[in-house]
Amino acid sequence: MSDTHGAVAEHSEHSPHLRHHFDDMAQQFDAATLGMWVFLLTEIMFFGGMFGAYTMYRGMYPEAFASTSQYMNPLFGAMNTAVLIVSSLTMALAVRASRLGEQKSLQLFLILTMIFGIAFLVIKGFEYHEHWVDMKVPLFPGHWNYSEAPQFAQQAQIMFCFYFFMTGFHALHMVIGLGLMTTIFVMARKGTFSTSYFAPVEISGLYWHFVDIVWIFLFPLLYLIGRTKKLI
Amino acid sequence: MHSIPSVRTYVIVWAILTVMTFVTYYVAQIELGAWNIVVALLIAFFKMMLVIMIFMNLKADSALTKLFAAGGFFWMILLLGQFFIDYVSRGWMPNGRMW
Repeated sequence: MSDTHGAVAEHSEHSPHLRHHFDDMAQQFDAATLGMWVFLLTEIMFFGGMFGAYTMYRGMYPEAFASTSQYMNPLFGAMNTAVLIVSSLTMALAVRASRLGEQKSLQLFLILTMIFGIAFLVIKGFEYHEHWVDMKVPLFPGHWNYSEAPQFAQQAQIMFCFYFFMTGFHALHMVIGLGLMTTIFVMARKGTFSTSYFAPVEISGLYWHFVDIVWIFLFPLLYLIGRTKKLI
Repeated sequence: MHSIPSVRTYVIVWAILTVMTFVTYYVAQIELGAWNIVVALLIAFFKMMLVIMIFMNLKADSALTKLFAAGGFFWMILLLGQFFIDYVSRGWMPNGRMW
């Protein structure tokens, strides 16, 4: 057999999903995972800036910030944390199923992940509605009223702006995550994935878990701190 | 290529995360002074490490990926550290405490 034939035979053996610049699927998978982590680092810095600014303002106006906790609903927050943790479990099980080549359970777990993700956004919607009714939305003129504690009225606006921006950006990440899950589900339905090709499921899972981690920090910082101080 | 954690491992991690969520919820109702924030952040950090190591399976990833993940936290500490030192050292924190 000539060299040319050897090369052709070798070429036809490998997975159609293997890009030419990688030696094998394992190397391609490691590169994809590393690339996703690099993206997540930019996300850490993105949310880190908001967490830092929030902490500084909280340090400047501790009483005003603590007073807003009376208008947060920690039960909703805790429910949402629980829902997100379940969705992370189903996501991890989806990744596991894709690695083992269990296509049916992969699709099932992706659907469950999306259902819990939507449940999170629905609960968040109820919360935003409560703030709207309470007149605690300083982003819109005429939807802010803090007459219960007028001495904090201005500084509490800062807290609510942080609250809406941080939870809003988190919710935006959830919506993007749902879009990712839909794409992965469609790919799974088409039979794209196998025991040698599951990197898209894996890296979408990394994104989903990252969004879960952001919420793990948002929940205590926005809902729980200052609850013991009855300032209003 | 990678070890796959068992379903049992995932379910145990999920159970711990859920229990920790209830713990952090109830501890926040108890007056601990400055310790409320410390306890809340410690629990959040513990939960984050569980998600990263087991759900994101970082412990099975390559050394390079681990280095990058650790680098993210290093950069985050630089960002927050420099930020806080700047404000505190300029006397822009009249109340003199973070919480």
